[in-house]
Amino acid sequence: MLYRDALNLALDYAMEHDPRVVVLGEDVGFYGGNYKVTDGLYVKYGPKRVIDTPIAENSIVGTAIGMALMGLRPVAEIMTVNFAMLAMDQFVNQMAKLRYMSGGKLFLPLVVRMPQGVAKQLASQHSQSLEHFFASVPGLYVFCASDSISAYHGLLHAIRMDDPVVFLEHVLLYGMDFPFEYVKNFDPFKARILKEGKDITVVSYLKMVHDTLKACEWLEERDGISCEVIDLISLRPIDFETIYESVRKTHRLVVVYEAPKTLGLGAELSARVCEELFYYLDAPPLRIAGEEVPIPYNRKLELMAIPTPEKIYERILSWSKSHGL
Amino acid sequence: MSQTLAEKFYYLMKLGREFEIRCKEEYLKGNISGFLHLAIGEEAVHVGAVVGFGKGDLFCPYREHVLALARGIDPKLIMAELFGKATGVSKGKGGSMHLYEPKMDFYGGNAIVAAHLPHAVGAAYARKLMGEKAGVLCIFGDGATNNGTFFEAINMANLWEVPVLFLCENNYYAIGTHVSRSSALKDIYLKARDYMPAEVVDGMDVFAVYEAVVRAKQYIEEYGKPYFIEAHTYRFEGHSMADKGDYRSPRELEMFRKRDPIDLLLKKAYKEGWLTEEQVRLIDQKVEAVVEGAVEFALSSPEPSEEELYTDLYCGVCSDVIP
Ligand SMILES: Cc1ncc(C[n+]2csc(CCOP(=O)(O)OP(=O)(O)O)c2C)c(N)n1
Repeated sequence: MLYRDALNLALDYAMEHDPRVVVLGEDVGFYGGNYKVTDGLYVKYGPKRVIDTPIAENSIVGTAIGMALMGLRPVAEIMTVNFAMLAMDQFVNQMAKLRYMSGGKLFLPLVVRMPQGVAKQLASQHSQSLEHFFASVPGLYVFCASDSISAYHGLLHAIRMDDPVVFLEHVLLYGMDFPFEYVKNFDPFKARILKEGKDITVVSYLKMVHDTLKACEWLEERDGISCEVIDLISLRPIDFETIYESVRKTHRLVVVYEAPKTLGLGAELSARVCEELFYYLDAPPLRIAGEEVPIPYNRKLELMAIPTPEKIYERILSWSKSHGL
Repeated sequence: MSQTLAEKFYYLMKLGREFEIRCKEEYLKGNISGFLHLAIGEEAVHVGAVVGFGKGDLFCPYREHVLALARGIDPKLIMAELFGKATGVSKGKGGSMHLYEPKMDFYGGNAIVAAHLPHAVGAAYARKLMGEKAGVLCIFGDGATNNGTFFEAINMANLWEVPVLFLCENNYYAIGTHVSRSSALKDIYLKARDYMPAEVVDGMDVFAVYEAVVRAKQYIEEYGKPYFIEAHTYRFEGHSMADKGDYRSPRELEMFRKRDPIDLLLKKAYKEGWLTEEQVRLIDQKVEAVVEGAVEFALSSPEPSEEELYTDLYCGVCSDVIP
């Protein structure tokens, strides 16, 4: 099933079963969504529940908050994470804090979904990963979907929750076809072990999970290095237990992500593992991440700026060699 | 009708005034801390609007003690919140700028200028979608109308046809900057007039505010569309306790103090025979007791327990309404 169809299916299911679920965002209604995630919903549920908004990001999130306060279950779409910058006040000062500041009196059953990441030559204002912005804010849940299963079940779970969720998708995943199955009791807070292994724990999320899997296959085939690949699914909270358990077994940690290395998820994960499992480690943790630059337009430069399966493979190989594997 | 209204207005305005005078004292004693924005001088707008609006959701800015009192939130719980106590209306986690009581349709208290405007629009949208008729009252200052979110919100409110009454309390200042130095349009209501009916009212006259709001409420609920009121008022104190307010001339202050909304109300009420001096004395006594009771309650209330640091971040339980 296509990733975008899985998201669409989750929205459709939720809207069908709960009249309080509404969808809002730029172009989500009549047009069917820029990435066609909301396609067909407008016809099925009408303009009152599939709401086309003006280009007003701060108020898209802001009105969704108002709707949630009154008991609707809005799912807002911000066209891409790049434009969420205009709504940071509503994300950080409102969505994340209203419950806490009210001493638990307010409920915000609210989801804001948006794609992020680097597609192909969209240049720097349309290509970036900002998960660490959201994941650093207490009061938000941050989910990210790497395939159709986590897209469908993750989004549905997010809509069911009475808490605010930032739901991150990746631009390049929409058109990708993944195996799909209905999973009973899908738990978005539990990281998934996508591939078992014994030598290295490799943690990733969103699209990088797939590049990582590819690199790890090569490592196994060509070099006999066995990697355990973990897909985080939730970036706040992070399922550290699953990571710790794996590292206790492999004694090595690699984190792969598309955002610039500095202050990204890799900094957090490797610091935690050092704090908790320092004496288990046979090597210093490795971060494979984006370069410290805005993403350039030129394809060659663009690919230089982010991890690719080849780069992931080579970095892990040389790192493991220099650390006695 | 006017008689009972006059009594109600006087009680709430006096309560607001005395409550806040006491807040100032308690602040200086160190019992209240942080940002404390007083609405002394603006009671007619706050009371007239909340009473006039009646049933319906309220979204307010950070200067909201009097709005909360007028909505009927227990003064004890408000004072305890200002003291940061566990018994406060927000468990001591919100403070002066974050009073919330959804049971009374009171949705804050927001410390980010103009941020609550889209909340009000979304709330009205939700109420309307769910078939409820009551409108939403959204109050904000003149400064807020220079923020992009203001224009986003009035556009959406008109576009989506939602019953929001936007009430701008124009006290001429955003902290220390006079409206003439921040707003290209000096008449704030003109910013909204192309989007919805918009009018100006004397915000020192509680009856004028009340009547305008009652009319506007009827309009928004009958047509399911927004309405805009600009109320002219003045704050007698600084912007917050951190501000002496000395960017204003003594002459200007004096001029507005002559139009103290509580004095204006009393003058009218005596003239029309709606209140007697004896009645006023009794109300004053009651107010004094209520404020004293609130301070005592706040003083004797416990601090939040240490566990409270971690509660109320997420609700944990999920309603799980979708099968
Ligand atoms: C977005 C934002 N910018 C700046 C501030 C700091 N600030 C707090 S109150 C205020 C003035 C607001 O004036 P106005 O809207 O007229 O309200 P008033 O206090 O006069 O009632 C400012 C600039 C803020 N709280 N939020």
